[in-house]
Amino acid sequence: MSKISKSWRRGLAAGAVATLVAGLVGACGGSDDTGEQAKLGKDDTLTITTFSEFGYGDLIDKWNADPERPFKVKQTVVAEWDTWKQSLTTGLQSGEGLTDIVGIEGDMMPALVAEGASDQFVDLTDKELDGRWMESKYLEGQTADGKQIGYPTDAGPEAFCYRADLFEKAGLPSDREAVKELFKDWDTYFATGDKFKAKMPKTAWYDSSGAIAQAMLNQVEFPFQTKDQKVDVDNPELRNVYDTVAEHAATQSTKVEQWGEDWTANFTNDGFATIPCPGWMFANIKDSAPDVKGWDIVDAFPGGGGNWGGSYLAVPAQSEHQEEAKEFANYLTTAESQVAASKVAGNFPANLEAQSVLAEENATDPYFNNAPTSQILASRAEAVPAGVPFKGDKYSDILGLFQQAIRRVDEGTDPEKSWATFLEGVEGMS
Amino acid sequence: MPTTTSAPVENATPAPSTGAAPRRQAWRNRLSRWDFKFSPYLYVAPFFLVFILIGLYPMLYTGYLSFFSWPAYGSEVGPWVGWDNYAHVLGDSVFRKAFWNTIGIFLLSSVPQIIVATILAALLDTQLRGRTLWRMSVLLPFVVAPAASAMIFGAIFADGTGLINQTLDVLGFPKVPWHADRFASWTAIATMVNWRWTGYNALIILAAMQAIPRDLYEAADIDGASKVSQFFHVTLPSIRPTMIFVIVTSTIGGLQIFTEPRIFDTNLRFQGGSDFQYTTLTMYVFNTAQTTTNPYPRAAAAAWVLFLIIVGIALVNFLVTRAVQRRSLR
Repeated sequence: MSKISKSWRRGLAAGAVATLVAGLVGACGGSDDTGEQAKLGKDDTLTITTFSEFGYGDLIDKWNADPERPFKVKQTVVAEWDTWKQSLTTGLQSGEGLTDIVGIEGDMMPALVAEGASDQFVDLTDKELDGRWMESKYLEGQTADGKQIGYPTDAGPEAFCYRADLFEKAGLPSDREAVKELFKDWDTYFATGDKFKAKMPKTAWYDSSGAIAQAMLNQVEFPFQTKDQKVDVDNPELRNVYDTVAEHAATQSTKVEQWGEDWTANFTNDGFATIPCPGWMFANIKDSAPDVKGWDIVDAFPGGGGNWGGSYLAVPAQSEHQEEAKEFANYLTTAESQVAASKVAGNFPANLEAQSVLAEENATDPYFNNAPTSQILASRAEAVPAGVPFKGDKYSDILGLFQQAIRRVDEGTDPEKSWATFLEGVEGMS
Repeated sequence: MPTTTSAPVENATPAPSTGAAPRRQAWRNRLSRWDFKFSPYLYVAPFFLVFILIGLYPMLYTGYLSFFSWPAYGSEVGPWVGWDNYAHVLGDSVFRKAFWNTIGIFLLSSVPQIIVATILAALLDTQLRGRTLWRMSVLLPFVVAPAASAMIFGAIFADGTGLINQTLDVLGFPKVPWHADRFASWTAIATMVNWRWTGYNALIILAAMQAIPRDLYEAADIDGASKVSQFFHVTLPSIRPTMIFVIVTSTIGGLQIFTEPRIFDTNLRFQGGSDFQYTTLTMYVFNTAQTTTNPYPRAAAAAWVLFLIIVGIALVNFLVTRAVQRRSLR
């Protein structure tokens, strides 16, 4: 009797657990990706997350102050892209927790327009907006079958920012025109670095090994993947970038990590003399070193030109206010909004009309010794080689591993060993 | 049902005419028998229900998940892949590094922690002035949120501008690469853990020490045993069960260490050092869940491996301590 009842009880318990598990699994798996749509009222809030500095603060304040506004907007700003990328990835993979609009770094777009991932986003296609953006940027936010996932916000044509005062101290030319010669190619750039270091042993030549690696990488045609998305990182061009950066790490780099506290501190304590400078970097410099005088911008870039960064606004399918989100993303990327944002953050807008407005104004920036910033960025944009680098669907993830490999060299790991770890890491991704 | 069972009872009673009262009596008997039999289970049931919901279910679901793939940026599970995720985790050199890091940090924290806690408890067990004050103040670090204390230690162990390195620099010694050197990073993290848990363990051990009958010490005094030999021959053997408890809990805690290394981490992608110098197993699980290649299934497989490691070590722990206890009882 007792035996029977025991086994019966066990059966019941197992059954209960099974039902519970099945029920919960069902509940999890069955959830729809597309959030239930709800109309926003005047005092309801649409949410947006951006990273670093998109320059939207004032625009959003103005929007919220307008009594005629259709809804309110709340922006969350994450300091660093890498941090936000992790939360964004988690949000996409768990199907919840993201804001109605998300800012996305351009390097990640190829991964998100890929099949599967693109289902996580709303199609933003709008015939009326044809011709609003730079063609290449617009197409990078599109899937193969024409679904528009992101509206481009800005591009990252690179110039070089330099400390004219430190150049003078080191006996180098410091005039904006005269220094162009020093930035004509990478050999000259590193040779000048050696000269600079001989005079100024306490100041590094550039801000971080990572930034220089990024700058050189942006000139490699196929850094990580071939045209047909095959991963190929063991190629001579990438290896050349790695070796060059590793070679100069000990002598010319600050060896600190980008975006870290030590990196920020180096802007004020004469930690380094040059830094690759896309438009969005201006805000970083000004915020880190508001009182330093001597920053200037040269209209030249070693090895021609390059594009670093540039972002997108996208609406996740999990948003419950897709219509409003699309409307607001549209508003933020109008010429008017982009000109305003650019004035705050220094970004080079991807909006063509905004570009010409800024070019006409031809504003100079007193912080950078009255450099004609918009003119320089426009000229730099022309120097960017089309379609370089090719960004495959794993670009952003491999870039993270590559930066990590450079970081190890900074910390004293043998470059060969660090490279082997990098190869292993890439291997583990598949 | 009740009528058939109550029939024999009725027959047994001498006054069948007043059938209602005995029937009620029988019912009451049965109730009290049930009460005796089932109530204890009922009382512990809430715990197990909650455990099934938030403990067992996630565990089983994690196990289920670990046999599937997960499309990049997808929000739903992919096709079945068998043991692939386990093969990946066990073949991953980062996982092996995380394993040794965890063991290293665990040894650097648990061992000194328990030794110091025992000595501290023995000192607090003496006739001090303001005993309660001393006893409560050892618990102070435990009250501070781990994130807050990790930030304070972050300032102490910072590579460039940290308190320790600044001091070393002034004194003319080379700076310690806290975040680049494997052993240095373990030491820094173990220091945070020790700071937090030593006082807590000391209080638990102290409570056990106070339960030791005082006449044992009086007898030892009469026999001329010194304070030190009293500690080794009276105190330590008497608190053995508590020691086992402290060792087991700190083992489990030590193997699951996360907050301290995570906040100690200055790495941009929080991978536990550029060369994974101080990534721990739980950090590995957490970070794996944030990658794009089979994130959750691989993290689930790693979590299960971690679970089995903990079970294994706890088992070894149990067998060793039981053997020690048996030997001392003989």
